[in-house]
Amino acid sequence: MAYLEFKGVGITAMAAAVPKRVIKNREYTEFWSAEEANAIVEKTGIEERRFADEATCSSDLCLAAAEQLFADNDINKEEIELLVFISQTPDYRMPATSVTLQHRLGLPNNTIAFDINLGCSAFLYGMSVVFSMMEKSNLKKALILDGETRSKVYSPRDRRSAFLFGDGGVAALVERDEKFGKSTFSLNSDGSRANLIMIPAGGYRHMSSAETVVEKVVDEFGNMRSDEQGYMMGGDVFNFVIREIPRDIKKTLAFAEKTADDFDYVVFHQANNFINSYIAKKMKLDTSKIPSTIAKYGNTSSVSVPLTIVSELKNKLDGKKDLLLSAFGVGMTWATAIVPFCDCKISNVVEVENGVRI
Amino acid sequence: MDTQKFIDLFAEALDIEASDLTVETEFRTLPEWDSMAYLSIIAMLDEEYEIQIENAEFKTLKTLNDIINYIEEHQ
Repeated sequence: MAYLEFKGVGITAMAAAVPKRVIKNREYTEFWSAEEANAIVEKTGIEERRFADEATCSSDLCLAAAEQLFADNDINKEEIELLVFISQTPDYRMPATSVTLQHRLGLPNNTIAFDINLGCSAFLYGMSVVFSMMEKSNLKKALILDGETRSKVYSPRDRRSAFLFGDGGVAALVERDEKFGKSTFSLNSDGSRANLIMIPAGGYRHMSSAETVVEKVVDEFGNMRSDEQGYMMGGDVFNFVIREIPRDIKKTLAFAEKTADDFDYVVFHQANNFINSYIAKKMKLDTSKIPSTIAKYGNTSSVSVPLTIVSELKNKLDGKKDLLLSAFGVGMTWATAIVPFCDCKISNVVEVENGVRI
Repeated sequence: MDTQKFIDLFAEALDIEASDLTVETEFRTLPEWDSMAYLSIIAMLDEEYEIQIENAEFKTLKTLNDIINYIEEHQ
């Protein structure tokens, strides 16, 4: 069983940024009828999303979140010795975006900086990596930056993904303190399902060419996309999620000798309301403990768990709160985490336009 | 297996009248059939029959009777 446990490490402050541009799904009718759009909104629960403009990258959203975090907390930048950037929409294929962010944030050159590319479960994976490095070292402070611009990934003419995804970025400060107690992570992968969610072209298996940018009809419903755009086989993803996620949560709770009732909040990856409601119902969870941002931000991939914490749990994490986190998606990868929060300082969600905080 | 119960559940998942369906209905030809209807059927099969059908297999099923047979073979 691949469980990881850490002691005395936790997130002490969080901030988030979203693009200023709001996409209202019921009015997202350039390629779809209002009737189709309304039906999708009813099913997915996604009313609005945020779309980054051309000048805004995941890194810019994270930079804005980090600047807000620095502004709201008394942080000596010299003490940040580890920076991990989580994204599947980086600025460049190289260098790693984390390194450009080290410079843009004015962090010292002895900062350890690297990227994690994983998808929807990546914030939990990233937390485990950072908690591990913090627990086993004298590093003073670490910064997790997690940003996605999924609006740039999916075709607006593929109905199966056009209404789901949005953009956002978060910053989380990680520090050592005995008050945090123990955290537990279960991390999983199944590469046999790599084809369920994929952008086939643009890497080195299918390099970009004149052919890969051509938009094609891809199914009997007339959906269109190019190989440079992402696709999702929603049915198989759903089948996978309803089988594996309840199982992983139950196993992790059993390992940690806890029950779902022990937690103050349960934060799920915001896939869509249909999937999330079904999991909550199947697991008989208390929905009053499950914060949701799916209606206003849509599916922001790896950003959705921390963005939901910042957006919905500000002023609710005073004292010690136990959170159960669950995230799943592209890979497939999936993760469950039991994480204590102690007096976590949460900033207001800020907005970004033309790459800068407004 | 209770065939009428299955038809009722199938109709409920697609938000249509059960009287519009028979075991011979080719569900993909229904105007209500789309990728979201498919998700509703997946949820219904999991909830009511504790069964998951991968897309590659599901694609081979044409009628409600095909799904009923699949459930009976895999329960």
